[in-house]
Amino acid sequence: MQVTMIVNDTEVTREIEGRLLLVHFLRDTLGLTGTHWGCDTSNCGTCVVWLDGEPVKSCTVLAAMADGHEVRTVEGLAKGAELDPIQEGFMQCHGLQCGFCTPGMMMTCRALLDKNPDPTDAEIREAISGQICRCTGYSTIVRSVRWASVHEARVNQ
Amino acid sequence: MQVPAPFEYERATSVDQAIGLLERLGSSARLVAGGHSLLPMMKLRLANFEYLIDINPLHAELGYIRVQADEVRIGAMTRHRELLESDELAAAFPIFRDAERVIADPVVRNRGTLGGSLCQADPSEDLSAVCTTLDASCVIRGPGGAERVVSMEEFHVGPYETAVGDGEMLVEVHLPVRSNGGSAYEKVERRAGDWAVASAGAAVWLAPDGTFADARVGLAAVGPNTTGIPEISQALRGSTPSEELYERAGAIAASSCDPATDQRGSEDYKRHLADELTRRTLRKAVERARS
Repeated sequence: MQVTMIVNDTEVTREIEGRLLLVHFLRDTLGLTGTHWGCDTSNCGTCVVWLDGEPVKSCTVLAAMADGHEVRTVEGLAKGAELDPIQEGFMQCHGLQCGFCTPGMMMTCRALLDKNPDPTDAEIREAISGQICRCTGYSTIVRSVRWASVHEARVNQ
Repeated sequence: MQVPAPFEYERATSVDQAIGLLERLGSSARLVAGGHSLLPMMKLRLANFEYLIDINPLHAELGYIRVQADEVRIGAMTRHRELLESDELAAAFPIFRDAERVIADPVVRNRGTLGGSLCQADPSEDLSAVCTTLDASCVIRGPGGAERVVSMEEFHVGPYETAVGDGEMLVEVHLPVRSNGGSAYEKVERRAGDWAVASAGAAVWLAPDGTFADARVGLAAVGPNTTGIPEISQALRGSTPSEELYERAGAIAASSCDPATDQRGSEDYKRHLADELTRRTLRKAVERARS
């Protein structure tokens, strides 16, 4: 079957099998390997991308379900050479160690800040409760999101 | 790499078109909504279908929460996040927000639906327990737009089995509204987002003199299906709420449920939870009914 969708502001059309999962479509068909593929059971959250602006676990969404919709991946966070504040926050506050969970964490946390620009630590932890950092670096992830929140507030003043 | 076995993907354009497809394709076809139970089962080959009919495009038609004076109607494609965020629903039935806070995680809740949860008919599924507690009825639509309404007891035929037949679709859930009501849900899970070790929902309605006009308790994960416990309703009706009554209700819950020892916990522990969670939810439901 043929699917057409907008991925990171660019329209793509590909011939795919109905059973192809969105995570594999992004990684293998489009070569966007920033989205990671982990547990395959919607537990770990490293495969989180946006479908029409909402974070979803792309290992449990069919690529066909995204036909006619808009997808954004971690590659679509930066504006050219300018990092998104959430990316900058992860860099400044050591929000990653091995980096495996990072793309999913950043997509979920960017969506959180878009809805709630000044979240509490508890709200950040709740937002990422479906995502696993096996380095257990949750404190620095929370700090990174706080950094982005504070930084954005300053920029917007 | 885990992927489902090959299938033909069909996209629903309307409820009746989806039912037409189901009618034509029979048991080789299955509806997929959020997909967060079905797709993992298909990856593991626990479920195999020749056709999947994607009903996500029907969200505009079947995604709604309508709070009326005598009844709340919820469309089958209403997503968990929408159930969690609806202030109107939380005002009518706080049990929904209690449960939704502990169902899966925020990202999964962006996809999962009420209809998908009920149709999965997992004995540990929280919304099935909520709907059992609230005495919900399920509207099932069949060929030619014919609709039938079944109670939750009739809806769940067994583990992973529902009353929805080939060529039929769950389209709506009805929840009766009665005056002076309160409700609550509690779940014990091993870690955030997990299935329940055990959970309980309670809904109570108080008479003008403060006694129980009616009370219902629904349990998840302690039997082959989520279960209502009519003996608790009988024990509470007409009595004044008290700690002794909650204790009695808890004891009935513990003795009448049918848990199995598994990796989530022992049978004894689950009976203990059924007891304790029944007491806690009844207590909270009464507090809410009074306030």
